[in-house]
Amino acid sequence: MSTSAANSSDALIRCDSVYKIFGDQAKSMLESSGGVVDAQKFQEAGCIVGVNNANFEVHQGELLIIMGLSGSGKSTLLRCISRLTDATAGNIYIEGEDILQMNNKQLIELRRNKMGMVFQSFALLPHKTVLENIAFPLQVKGVGTKESITRAKEMVDLVSLSGRENYFPRQLSGGQQQRVGIARSLAIEPDIWFLDEPFSALDPLIRKEMQDEFLRLQGVLSKTILFVTHDFDEALRLADRIAIMKDGVIEQLDTPANIVLNPATEYVRNFTEEVPREKVLKIDSVMDPYDPSEEISDLKVPQDAIIETVAEAVLTAGKPVGVVNQAGEIVGALHASKIISILFGGHANTPDQQNS
Amino acid sequence: MIEALKQKKYLQFILLLIIFVVLCMVIAPSDSNYLWRLPPLIKDLPLAINDSVDFAMFEWMPIEVYDPEIEEFEQKPLLKEVTRVSSGFILFMIELIREILLGGVKTIVAFMGWDWATDNQWARWPALPWTIVAGGAAILGYALNGFRLALFVGLAFTYIAVFGQWEPSMQTLSFVLIAAPVSVFLGLVLGVWAFRSRLVESILNPLLNMAQIVPHFSYLIPVMVFFGIGDHAGAIATIIFATPPMVRLTLLGLKKVPPEVGEAGLMGGCNNWQLLTKVLIPTARRDILIGVNQVIMQCLAMVVIASLIGAKGLGNDLLIALNRLRIGLALEIGVCIVLIAIVLDRLSLAWANKQTDYFADLSFKQRHKYSLMFGAVFVGGVILAGIGSLIFKEGFNYLYLIPHNKGITTENFWQAGVDWIWDTFFYSLKSFNEWLIVEVLLPVKNAYLSMPVAATFVLTMGIGYIVGGIRSALIIGGLLLFIALTEWWDRALITSYLVTVSVMISMTLGIVVGTLCAQHPKSSRFILTYCDTFQTFPSFIYLIPVMMLFGVTDTSVLIAIVVYATIPALRYTVEGLHAVPESLHEAGSMSGVNRLQRWLSIELPVSFPHMALGVNQTVVFALSMVIIGAMIGTDDLGQLILGALSEKNGVGNGLVLGLCVAFIGLAIDQVIRTWANQRKEALGLE
Repeated sequence: MSTSAANSSDALIRCDSVYKIFGDQAKSMLESSGGVVDAQKFQEAGCIVGVNNANFEVHQGELLIIMGLSGSGKSTLLRCISRLTDATAGNIYIEGEDILQMNNKQLIELRRNKMGMVFQSFALLPHKTVLENIAFPLQVKGVGTKESITRAKEMVDLVSLSGRENYFPRQLSGGQQQRVGIARSLAIEPDIWFLDEPFSALDPLIRKEMQDEFLRLQGVLSKTILFVTHDFDEALRLADRIAIMKDGVIEQLDTPANIVLNPATEYVRNFTEEVPREKVLKIDSVMDPYDPSEEISDLKVPQDAIIETVAEAVLTAGKPVGVVNQAGEIVGALHASKIISILFGGHANTPDQQNS
Repeated sequence: MIEALKQKKYLQFILLLIIFVVLCMVIAPSDSNYLWRLPPLIKDLPLAINDSVDFAMFEWMPIEVYDPEIEEFEQKPLLKEVTRVSSGFILFMIELIREILLGGVKTIVAFMGWDWATDNQWARWPALPWTIVAGGAAILGYALNGFRLALFVGLAFTYIAVFGQWEPSMQTLSFVLIAAPVSVFLGLVLGVWAFRSRLVESILNPLLNMAQIVPHFSYLIPVMVFFGIGDHAGAIATIIFATPPMVRLTLLGLKKVPPEVGEAGLMGGCNNWQLLTKVLIPTARRDILIGVNQVIMQCLAMVVIASLIGAKGLGNDLLIALNRLRIGLALEIGVCIVLIAIVLDRLSLAWANKQTDYFADLSFKQRHKYSLMFGAVFVGGVILAGIGSLIFKEGFNYLYLIPHNKGITTENFWQAGVDWIWDTFFYSLKSFNEWLIVEVLLPVKNAYLSMPVAATFVLTMGIGYIVGGIRSALIIGGLLLFIALTEWWDRALITSYLVTVSVMISMTLGIVVGTLCAQHPKSSRFILTYCDTFQTFPSFIYLIPVMMLFGVTDTSVLIAIVVYATIPALRYTVEGLHAVPESLHEAGSMSGVNRLQRWLSIELPVSFPHMALGVNQTVVFALSMVIIGAMIGTDDLGQLILGALSEKNGVGNGLVLGLCVAFIGLAIDQVIRTWANQRKEALGLE
């Protein structure tokens, strides 16, 4: 991924060769290894590699999901960027400023104004009510009681918990508790929103409901988001881009469609194999070049539509279907055979092999 | 054979017992035989301690101090100055609260001097009428937790006043109101410090372990030397005793805070102080509150003991009443102590659980409701006292202050009860008493005393080795060696005998009754409430009823210990049985076990590690009660410690004796804890 200069583009968060290694001699071992970290060798020396040479950017308004199984280092990476743990080596820039160089005061200032975080176990304060929990970040910042409570009340409405302001966390269900967690993390209107497996502790049905709720909120708020999950379906459903981690290494970082179509490693392929492509891929990844001599149907489909949503219409059209961009210009043609191969085909003739 | 011995622990135990018995028979009892008794090599340790304490107190680090009396600088030892100033401060605080409640002149004197106070006789702080104090406390209860608490608090204070214990109770209260907050504060600070720094934790841990087992009396002597005699010394001894559980529970609570909650606090933008005060401590408050509760209980348990070094109040009266065998009076005083303990406990609990209502739109009257109520109570109290002075023209104004022991009393009733019991059951009680002493206690005691020291070491270290390997054996050996090298080995054996007998009775009682009660939710709730209530009582209270029945004998001590030490045995049994997972019960039922099989083959083995910790607590409780038992006459270590209190050079003796008692406890603790941890690990419970 990008290793360009610190002030480049609209990158809000940028990680340059970030390492996090646990253990007493982590630092000296890392220095002597010259940046090439062999997890096995480190483990024998009593060090655990959490994050191994992470390089990436997160853009303004982007939703980046860090996906990996337990122990892959995804939460560690998140905690390095929020500086809940200090990275062993590397640079992490937020709005061009290296947060690893910040002193405690600057860091607190940053967290009070720019960051919010949601936790897997909700991490609500058991002695405070819903309202007090949500108002908490405002109150530690020094906002007056009246103002912070008014603001907290708005957040309660935003996450649809009205009427439960004075409940204690123990009196709420898991889904409701996480709504409080979300409201709390948003109370200071952060620019960057960290979510650490926010829905993993919830039942599947509630999880689906909360994902919808999350998408609704993101539609309204458009935050820059780092979202950690071990659930690949969740990642595909929500992400703009996905970073897949294994043993501390980012194996691949790309859009959901590209990850499904072009898995970079065997490990990533294992995840993508079972994924129903029509639910992930967009039309432009399977369309053919437009040949003006070809007769096409009157039906037009937008190029960024998910295949599943238009498959039935395309298959019943009888002729190839025109694909249009946002301006309405025809940019390609979609043949029913492609859709059929996506829906029912095996891996032998997956689109990526034909296209690439 | 060797192979079998390695595999089977019970074979090892049998072998150990055989060696022990053989050693007992072979080694001849003679003072020159070191296998029989070790020579008292560290006999001079107490003296050395005395000397170093004297040096630290009277010679070490002299500093220049300005003496206003003679208007000159003087050479004074640093430590003495430090203790003098801190005693003065604590004494001032105690007197301040005391005089707000009871009136007096000392606070005024502290600011204006004696001369001024003598010249201006009008400058006396008047006592608050008891009605106002009781009413004020009730309002506080109402403000914190509503009508029921208010009623309880009000009634408790009324009882204290009506039974003529107002003055000593307020003296005790003023002393507890200083000692308890200081202990809580110190405990919090040390606990947080230990939480922050591994080093501090590793230093504090063994100290805390010791502090819990060293008998209360042992603290008194050094405190007396350093701080003198009086309320402040009592308060300081109390603080030393009450702080350790607070430290421990603070640390425990902080450690149990889930890491994500701390991270949530950090991401919320907390600085270190906010993280501690707004996130970590409140989240750990369940354990911290148990700590506060422990502090209050310890403070009141110390009320009696602190009176030995000059704390005024109920403790002193209780001691006198017990000495004069005025059981009824002792009972009434005991009730006062328990009431104060429960009132403080409930109030502090309610205060910690209070929540704010942000949406209430309050009028002036509502916002200042409690102040207005207190104002009304104050005016009402003053008017009542005024009316009282008209009604009770002669004698005492009962609506203002009920003088000590001039209230109503049920003493005669209790005394009559005691007399009746004596008259009716004298012979049966006496014969039971004699039978117990002659047939049971004396033979056991003699058996203990006839153990050669070598045999004792082989037995105890052997048990340590079988249970916990060479490390446990060495720890136990070291602890016992210290005792054996003092000149009090025999006394220690007597203490051990009392502890052993009572712990065995307590454990049997606790496990049987606990198991029976655990069978039904209602009965287990009852028994846990019973434990809560009885643990609240200062241990002295237990002596009152047994003395009624058995007089001043070993039997009384034994029964008091058993009653007291059964509490943890009961509690841990019930809790242990309840902690057995439901799925195990179901698995058992589906395997077709009957009730007895379920108890023997599922419940007991699974809950035994937890129960073992109950044994541990039982031992600690029994040890502390054994020492208190010295007050009504035993001939063990406790009696010597009590004696050391009144010796001129008692510090060394008291400390070394205290260590002896603590080491007995620590040795037992070592075995039980190691074993319980092994079992827990084997069962995958931790």
